[in-house]
Amino acid sequence: MQRIAVVDYGMGNLRSVSKALEAVAPDHDVVVTSSASVISAADKIVCPGQGAAADCMQALAAAELVDTIKSAVGQQPFFGICMGMQVLFDSSEENSGVQCMGLVAGQVKRFAHPHLDSEGARLKVPHMGWSKVGQTAHAMWHNISNDSRFYFAHSYYCVPENTDKVAGTCHYGHEFAVAVFDKNLFACQFHPEKSSDDGLQLLANFVAWDGK
Amino acid sequence: MGLARRIIPCLDVDNGRVVKGVQFLDIIDAGDPVNVARGYNIAGADEITFLDITASSDNRDTILATVEQVAAEVFIPLTVGGGVRAVEDVRRLLNAGADKVGINTAAVTNPDLVDESSAKVGAQCIVVAIDAKSVHQEGEPPRWEIFTHGGRKPTGLDAIEWAVNMADRGAGELLLTSMDKDGTKSGFNLGLTRAISDAVEIPVIASGGVGNLQHLADGVIKGGADAVLAASIFHFGEYTIGEAKQFMADQGIEVRLT
Repeated sequence: MQRIAVVDYGMGNLRSVSKALEAVAPDHDVVVTSSASVISAADKIVCPGQGAAADCMQALAAAELVDTIKSAVGQQPFFGICMGMQVLFDSSEENSGVQCMGLVAGQVKRFAHPHLDSEGARLKVPHMGWSKVGQTAHAMWHNISNDSRFYFAHSYYCVPENTDKVAGTCHYGHEFAVAVFDKNLFACQFHPEKSSDDGLQLLANFVAWDGK
Repeated sequence: MGLARRIIPCLDVDNGRVVKGVQFLDIIDAGDPVNVARGYNIAGADEITFLDITASSDNRDTILATVEQVAAEVFIPLTVGGGVRAVEDVRRLLNAGADKVGINTAAVTNPDLVDESSAKVGAQCIVVAIDAKSVHQEGEPPRWEIFTHGGRKPTGLDAIEWAVNMADRGAGELLLTSMDKDGTKSGFNLGLTRAISDAVEIPVIASGGVGNLQHLADGVIKGGADAVLAASIFHFGEYTIGEAKQFMADQGIEVRLT
């Protein structure tokens, strides 16, 4: 039986992620854990997260999981979700600037005040609700139509340096990356565990993914 | 703009049971929150809101079990409100599987709760529920006041100033209910909805008064609402979520068609 570790560093709703994984992978052992050894030994790793960037980085450091995640990325298939995507970048503008894990080159920025669309109309922040995600070819999109809608709830967005590593984009005021990949790593800004059938399909694809 | 306007069915939950039932689809037990949530997910609801109306404080934890059961089986966003008084209440609901927690009366009696909760769990998890009522006299410019206790208790707070205050304190979203319109089936209070939506940067959910599909569309087009919440028109099968979305799409509103 394959084991999927859901990284628990005390930030956010891990129950929904683990239940959604259990729903799509009944033959897998889904374990919510803060243990470095359990995470390192798992076949696959999911890193969710919610809340402020500074708190998340602090919580990861306090749980002594930064090195665990850094060495896991590059080994097992790894899926970062929402804040679990943002902390992979070099740094975030949140909380007056936070150093993140530097596993994906780029920054995390806040939507502008005011956040305007191309016609000058003001858009609401947080970006809250269902937006279309444009895909670039990747195994994680198996059986998901291009431009399917996923559920978002965020005020900060990722700006990767390397556009070759963008797996998905969204347009809200301007276009930005909402999914990135690098070898065995995949990360998304939206919440697959809250995105109904297409979200569950994405999680199922992760369960089936060999990281290549 | 790339973001769909949301349609949110709202369910009253008492002691772990959906009150008054939901008469649509082929739900065998219309009082079971899991069944109802599952039915609404299949119907294409963008989100579900549970309002806990359990009166007895002895039974307050029943909502946690309900949220756990629903969140384990239905994978769309879930907002839970009713009786939230402390940061600990917010955390317990989120840990049970709620995505957002609604704070209503406690935001008035203890506004710091909004700051503290938002700092702790993130603004995207905090929905402040605002119950407002018209208080202007004939011939005066429109003015709305915050009421608590189901619209019975005036607070002296101006609704627009209060909305701005709540957003500044860290609300991620406002659930705006017009107490003049609630239960009337005569449509949202569009003036109030527009005034609040224009005054804050955060999304506004319009609530109170929906009687037909044009009311939903008007809430977005005229009221500027980012999401529309309704109960009876969906629960009693007058309209399906799919019909509501198609109606809105036909009026040029971006929706998530499933």
